[in-house]
Order: sequence, then C-alpha cells, then structure tokens
Amino acid sequence: MDTAATHKPADVLTIAGKTFASRLLMGSGGYPNQQALLDALAAAEPALVTVAIRRISLEAYAESLVDLLDEKYTLLPNTAACMTVKDAVLTAELGREALQTDWVKLELIGDRETQYPDVEQLLRATEELVKAGFTVLPYCNEDPVTCRKLADAGAAAVMPLGSPIGSGLGIVNPYAIERIVATSPVPVILDAGVGTASDAAQAMELGCDGVLLNTAVAKAREPRRMAAAMRAAVAAGRDARLAGRIPKRSQAEPSSPQLGLVGG
Amino acid sequence: MSATIRINGRDERLAAATVAELLRIRGIDKPRGIAVAVNGAIVPARRWSEVALAPGDAVEIVKPFGGG
Repeated sequence: MDTAATHKPADVLTIAGKTFASRLLMGSGGYPNQQALLDALAAAEPALVTVAIRRISLEAYAESLVDLLDEKYTLLPNTAACMTVKDAVLTAELGREALQTDWVKLELIGDRETQYPDVEQLLRATEELVKAGFTVLPYCNEDPVTCRKLADAGAAAVMPLGSPIGSGLGIVNPYAIERIVATSPVPVILDAGVGTASDAAQAMELGCDGVLLNTAVAKAREPRRMAAAMRAAVAAGRDARLAGRIPKRSQAEPSSPQLGLVGG
Repeated sequence: MSATIRINGRDERLAAATVAELLRIRGIDKPRGIAVAVNGAIVPARRWSEVALAPGDAVEIVKPFGGG
C-alpha cells in the first residue's frame, strides 16, 4: 500500500477524470463584501468555487460574478434551494449555459428549515442529469446507503453533510462519514457543517477526498485568515490520513525507555 | 388588453420580438455568464436573435450569484 502511494507523483484530487491540486472547495456566498470574497479565495486556493444560479434583477444590471472570478477559478454552479426535480434540472441546465460547464453541485432539499436533502428526488434528479451528460456532485445525507445509491445512479462524487448547512456544528456523525469513505466507489467530499479548521482536518483524517465549505469562512471575523486556516487544515488532515494515525488505547503507553532509570 | 409576457416571475407588457431584443432593452449586451430559458427550455446565446417571443411566454433570465 505504502509503495503504491510513494510511486504517485502527487497527491491530487480526481473527480470524473479531472485532477485538482487542492482538496478544498469553497462557496462564494455571504461574504461581507466582494473584496473579502476575493481575499479569502486567494488565501484558500480552492479546487472549485461554487456559485448559485439566480434570476437577474430586472431593475439594475450589476457586474457579474463571472467577470470577477472566472479567470482565476473553476466555477461550479449549484442548484441551492431547489425543492423539485424539475426546478433542479432547469437550474442545472441554466448553470451549464451560463458557465459553459457540465458540472453541477446538485442540491435538492426537502425542507427549508433544516435544508436536509430530499433523497428520493435527489436520486431521480441525479439519474436525469447524468443521462443528460452532466457531471453530478450531489449534496446528500451522511448515509452510506444513500451515497451508494447516488454513486450507482452515476454521481461523480458524493457530498455528505457533516451537520446542517451553515450550522458550524462540525461532523456530528464521524462513524457514518468513515463508513461512507470505506465503501464509496466515488470520491467523498464533506459538504456542510464545517465551523472551524479542526472540522475540516477531521473530515480529511476520516478519509474524505475533499471538503466543501462556505459559511465558516464567509462569516468568520477575518475571512481571509480563516480561509488560510482551512487550507492548512485540509492539507494537514490529508497528510495525517496518509501517514496513518495510531490506534486509540485506554491505557498509557510510555514512549521513553522503561529500563536504565536513574536512581533505580 | 395588451399582450403580456412573464419575465422572472413577473408579468410585463410584451415589448420585444426576440430574446435578444428583450435582453438589449434590459441592458444586457454580452452573453457571458447569462443564461435564458423560455417556457422551461434553454435558449443558447447563439439563438437569442432567432427565438421569437409570444404572448404568454414565461422567460427566465439568470446569472451566477455568490452561493455555497
């Protein structure tokens, strides 16, 4: 196993045959201002940057986010807040047209209060979009069965939640995430719930292939500094995963020699 | 009764013959980052000047915004 890892030229994230130098995916919503967003992204160096597809204002035509970000980052349109297959598919198609990409972060929620995915509709939308040639990255429950079904339906990665969107509660069920990682045939991106750097590191230590976060950086007191922390945490967590952590023990295991004690 | 068209969920008087004309009136002159659907079907930018608008059409005009 170790020899295989050392033969690899670089530890890169691969989704649907596309490789990324970074394992951090960032959202672009909720920043105090445009400069804060740009500074945070510069510090994070994310693999992908998610954007929402929304109706333009009919009163004023403002500068486009695309003009701001398109040169430097790979944008990933989402279907945030969609509650039906029809709306999610149309939003995905509009995103494809607006950004000239087949990739979509598929969000299909069943409840505005919890923002929990509607699994049944999520599966149907995944099937439909895969058939239409999309590379589908579904935001989903931290449920190994759902993740397997999504992969079977053709999802290019699965993106289980750590805890509810924007909650900052971290990973409330690490055992489920570990199980998903152990069984998933496609990359696992932890999406939602990250509150601080240790959550991102934990996701990587559990074996996730990447982390997608937004609010933890956008609403931090210093977004740019938190973005840098997240970047470091994802890298550290990944290294720790590859290094192989020690097993947990219930008793002490001294690391100093027990023989040759002075005064013995 | 003048003919109306539904644009981004709002009923308006139909004042444009094509998608391209509608966008021009709205001050949208470059297609970058903009996507349009008419009655639930995507209209690619290259077809904006060909696709005629009729009374009762529902048009969606979208672009990317900050989001997770």
